Amino acid sequence: MAIGFDQALGVHPQALLLRGKRAELLADNLANSDTPGFKARDIDFKQVLNRVNEQQTGKKLPLQQTHQDHLAGLSQKQDVDLLYRIPIQPAIDGNTVDTQQEYAIYARNAMDYQSSFEFLNSKFKGLIKVIKGQ
Amino acid sequence: MALVNVFNISGSGMSAQSVRLNTVASNIANAEAASSSIDQTYRARYPVFTAISPQQQHLSFNQLLHEPQQQSEKGVMVKAIVESKAPLERRYEPDHPMANDEGYVFYPNINVVEQMTDMISASRSFQTNVEIMNTAKTMLQKVLTLGQ
Repeated sequence: MAIGFDQALGVHPQALLLRGKRAELLADNLANSDTPGFKARDIDFKQVLNRVNEQQTGKKLPLQQTHQDHLAGLSQKQDVDLLYRIPIQPAIDGNTVDTQQEYAIYARNAMDYQSSFEFLNSKFKGLIKVIKGQ
Repeated sequence: MALVNVFNISGSGMSAQSVRLNTVASNIANAEAASSSIDQTYRARYPVFTAISPQQQHLSFNQLLHEPQQQSEKGVMVKAIVESKAPLERRYEPDHPMANDEGYVFYPNINVVEQMTDMISASRSFQTNVEIMNTAKTMLQKVLTLGQ
């Protein structure tokens, strides 16, 4: 029986990548905390990861498009919505970045990143044990 | 790797905030620079910040997970440094060496208290960007220990 990396590692590599991408978005929000008119953005992590999972486990079969006019089908909606944060209080310059809130979310995301990493790491450790036959 | 971009983004934030600190320093240093004509008087300067990339609506799946680094240029930049349009302060000081024929001296339109609060705000934002960078560094260092 062959062991594929995709089967062995599960959704964790994608989760790690997604966490990294979210860190980038949040860092962008914080860098623009003084930019007039800037709107804070974020992604719905759960929704995106669910979609990754569906594709990976084959719960929804992807439709192959052989022509540009073909309909995409339900499972092929490949866009990830960048959502707007709803500000707690308005700012005169139209900026919706709440630095404290944004920083808290960033810290939380960093912690989640670490735990995703721990899961991935233990998967690898497990694989190494299997290979060594211990 | 998206985390590498965090360094560029926070770096752009830090450099933008330091430009802001520079203008504050220039404004405070020139707060008392009197002159005898309106044209020659120093005016308060402020940086105008703008986001580097126009804000996108959607990201495709592949973009989100496997995007090449060059495409996702984010962060903040200083678009311009503008001079304040607030009226200059005109004081009647006939004994001042810079006084004009009517005895008036012009002082810059700088409110030092305003500048100080701006300075604190800029240094706080700078600190936040440093913290973000530090956290990203810890995350990346962790990744390097994968499989150990």
